Amino acid sequence: MSEIFGIPIQAFMGQLMLGLVNGSFYAMLSLGLAVIFGMLNIINFAHGALYMVGAFMAWLGLTYLDLGYWQALVLAPLCVGVFGVLIERTMLQWLYKLDHLYGLLLTFGLALVLEGLFINIFGVSGQPYSIPDEFSGAFNLGFMFLPKYRAWVIVSSLVVCFATWYVIEKTRLGAYLRAATENPKLTQAFGINVPLMVMLTYGFGAALAGFAGVLAAPAIQVSPLMGSNLIIVVFAVVVIGGMGSILGSILTGIGLGVIEGLTKVFYAEASSTVVFIIMAIVLMIRPAGLFGKEK
Amino acid sequence: MSRSAIGYIALVAFGLIAPFFIYPVLVMKVLCFALFACAFNLLLGYTGLLSFGHAVFLGTAGYVTGHALKVWEVPTLVGLLAGTGAAAVMGWVIGSLAIRRQGIYFAMVTLALAQMVFFYFLQAPFTGGEDGLQGVPRGTLFGFDLADDMNLYYLVLAIFAASFWLIQRTIHSPFGQILKAIRENEPRAISLGYDVAKYKLLAFVLSAGLAGLAGATKTLVFKFATLSDAHWHTSGEVVLMTLLGGMGTVFGPLVGATVIVTLQNELADKVGSLVTVIMGAIFVICVLAFRRGIVGESLALYRRMIGQKP
Amino acid sequence: MKQKILVGLTAMALATLGTQGAFAQAAKAKTGKLSGDMVKVAVMNDMAGVYADIGGPGSVEAAKMAVADFGGKMFGKPIEVVFADHQNKPDVGASKAREWFDVQGVDMIVDVPTSSVAIAIAKVANEKKRVYMNTGAATKALTNEECTPYTVHYAYDTYALANGTGKAIVQTGGKTWFFLTADYAFGHALEADTAAVVKASGGEVKGAVRHPLSASDFSSFLLQAQASKAQIIGLANAGGDTINSVKAANEFGLTKTQTLAGLLMFISDVHSLGLKTAQGMMLTDAWYWDTNEETRKFGRRFFDKMKRMPSFDQAAVYSATLTYLKAVQEAGTDDADAVMKVLKKTKINDVFTKGGYVRADGRMVHDMYLMQVKKPEDSKYPWDYYQLKKVIPAEEAFQPLALSTCPMLKKK
Repeated sequence: MSEIFGIPIQAFMGQLMLGLVNGSFYAMLSLGLAVIFGMLNIINFAHGALYMVGAFMAWLGLTYLDLGYWQALVLAPLCVGVFGVLIERTMLQWLYKLDHLYGLLLTFGLALVLEGLFINIFGVSGQPYSIPDEFSGAFNLGFMFLPKYRAWVIVSSLVVCFATWYVIEKTRLGAYLRAATENPKLTQAFGINVPLMVMLTYGFGAALAGFAGVLAAPAIQVSPLMGSNLIIVVFAVVVIGGMGSILGSILTGIGLGVIEGLTKVFYAEASSTVVFIIMAIVLMIRPAGLFGKEK
Repeated sequence: MSRSAIGYIALVAFGLIAPFFIYPVLVMKVLCFALFACAFNLLLGYTGLLSFGHAVFLGTAGYVTGHALKVWEVPTLVGLLAGTGAAAVMGWVIGSLAIRRQGIYFAMVTLALAQMVFFYFLQAPFTGGEDGLQGVPRGTLFGFDLADDMNLYYLVLAIFAASFWLIQRTIHSPFGQILKAIRENEPRAISLGYDVAKYKLLAFVLSAGLAGLAGATKTLVFKFATLSDAHWHTSGEVVLMTLLGGMGTVFGPLVGATVIVTLQNELADKVGSLVTVIMGAIFVICVLAFRRGIVGESLALYRRMIGQKP
Repeated sequence: MKQKILVGLTAMALATLGTQGAFAQAAKAKTGKLSGDMVKVAVMNDMAGVYADIGGPGSVEAAKMAVADFGGKMFGKPIEVVFADHQNKPDVGASKAREWFDVQGVDMIVDVPTSSVAIAIAKVANEKKRVYMNTGAATKALTNEECTPYTVHYAYDTYALANGTGKAIVQTGGKTWFFLTADYAFGHALEADTAAVVKASGGEVKGAVRHPLSASDFSSFLLQAQASKAQIIGLANAGGDTINSVKAANEFGLTKTQTLAGLLMFISDVHSLGLKTAQGMMLTDAWYWDTNEETRKFGRRFFDKMKRMPSFDQAAVYSATLTYLKAVQEAGTDDADAVMKVLKKTKINDVFTKGGYVRADGRMVHDMYLMQVKKPEDSKYPWDYYQLKKVIPAEEAFQPLALSTCPMLKKK
């Protein structure tokens, strides 16, 4: 049996695949953060909470309305998106003229409220959401059994990520969006409704988080705290990638997922800190982030 | 000037007699968190840097002081200084990395680095993991037995007063003016020839050290140091205290810390599980409607009132 | 100022403690000294955090049930139950406890999950000389290096869980083990204790992998566990980490060939996982509601109020409160020293344990149970989750007194 750095090649490939799965989640979440940041100049601390709400929507739909996984995959992000729009209209829009830090503080408070409420209603141990029947079982890839659901996670999140990239970078709508990011006043003067675009952008970012939540629901326990553990790592991912580029945040997310996965094989003890260590190194060498532009 | 002098004297007098009618341990806790918030305010309110990882300095100093007193059995004062020093060193390391980015990135970097340190504390043997470092002796100071709550109280009050004075002096010193200049307009401060990075780092280290002093004192009060001090929730709490009290005001953090600590204590046996929701809601309300905080809003109201009369 | 016992001691000699419900108050001391003219029992726990489902508001209800079953009055004076949420913060817990003792005249604190808070409260109770009955925390430090004359560690600890699960599973045929361990002191202790027992009982440990606390994904750790080909995968972690390990183990098909052993698992965890996912797991429990007629009756009473079956922690809160009240009655005072003296020489017979007793180090020793989670098709009614595999007798379940590092023991 061949080996890489003393690890059987099978195990190595297996961990690589799993790293890709986690990387997909990082990519989706950091993409949402980047889109929101680009338009609103706000770091959305509530992103983890919205991801959690997405997972709970799926569970609630299944338990009380008998909605299956596929319906949830469409409806839950929509609900979270609408919820995001409500947040933007009722709260965030009053903060744009102020220091960006207020946006961070507000969304941090929102995250606490959401988590607290869900704990009160559903308890902390969380709720089970089983894997949809279509995806039970596993593919035999030769080097590992990859559960079908994990494969679906990789495929669907990559599709969503690159669709987002395409819309923003290659379409007319995306061009408006980029223009509004660059110079809101001028864009407004050209007759484009900038506040509407800002609102929809936040809604879309929230919907992305909700979508990630639904994808995560069958794989991990649906619990009120599932988002807060993840969000700090995603922040580090965002710092490493820099939020200047959409593609950059996708690639950084996937890449770090893979690196983290491999760390679990070589030195599992460090797997929780490896992302932060990389962040420190990147900050020393390239403070603006790998894909960031120095402003 | 004289009006603020009266204010200070009243505050000191209140501090001296408070433990006779309020539970001393609770007052000491308020003072520790107030010092923590004041140190934080130095950074957020006067330099414009939002650190989301300040709990790490509180936690680091707590553990170092606890370890020094319990295992090395050093005198109390040495223990406090060791904790404060350790926090300052930690502040230098984290600060030199974090100031490479501005604004929101700065907040995220401090949060991420603090999380890394938290994981270290969780695993390091000397912290006792989730059991915490327990049974730290308070020792004696100048012949006073600190095991007595009243003796300790006056030590804590003295530490707080001295640190508070130090912070005020810093704010009003030329150094403090430069910090404010950086907060208002960083490019201009650079163009004026100031080494902005150096000033920021110095402010960060000072703030970290004072936060550390708060943590060291807290360990002395409760006789333990635990993970919850280094957790990012505590970082969030100190932001909340400063915001609620009024950032960039002298007494804001003191007021904010008093309100939050009292609230936590009082709510514990009333609403139980809703504490987090209430904290979050206060955050949201503050940001939306109350950005100057209790002290800032009261001052503004006061100014409006006297401004209208003449 | 506390006063010494003057009256009521005569009746003590008669008493072996009666069973609950039919508690014959008339035969016991009718008068006694109570500080503050009442007995105040305080429940402190985590009402909204990670331990809320194990204790939480349910523990408060359990304590109230115990007071009601006792008759609601002590020597004609009221018994009050108060509670607080320590929010998993030791400083909140410790200052609340001090305030309770100093200002509000609380006589006993019960429950207190979260090791750091549990130990902090033990120190406060010792300083203030009040009884402290911990049912919620797992750390064995409470009866070892951090033991005090006023602590009773009532329900379980990491040693009992590791020992019970390790030994009993090896005896029932699970010889080879692999550990999935949370990478901090608690996980390490659980792994080390279990591994020692497994080896001592003739089993073999094939390896271990350490994962960080609150890891987002367990699949890669489980692949390593799968590759070990061990029969038993010991989960030396807790809460959300355990739940997510079990879910991932199912998804990757480990459960078809290997058996999971939860080293710290509660019925609320099984409930939230669902039987479809949790089936076949082995775990050690201190109490299970569906054991006999008495426990079922208690379980249903509790269910009527809380809409869920009691966890062993909640049952232990009930039992500890009742035991405490009986001890106060027998001592004729709520003076902590006198009550502790009674507690340490009386057998406990109630819905939680038969013949349990409190040792010199404060450890309450009672039978533990090795359980296997039922298959969904074997579960006949709601909360019918466990199949009893083995009763672990009290003497075998807990750390032997000789091994306790409690400093109190050395003085004698």
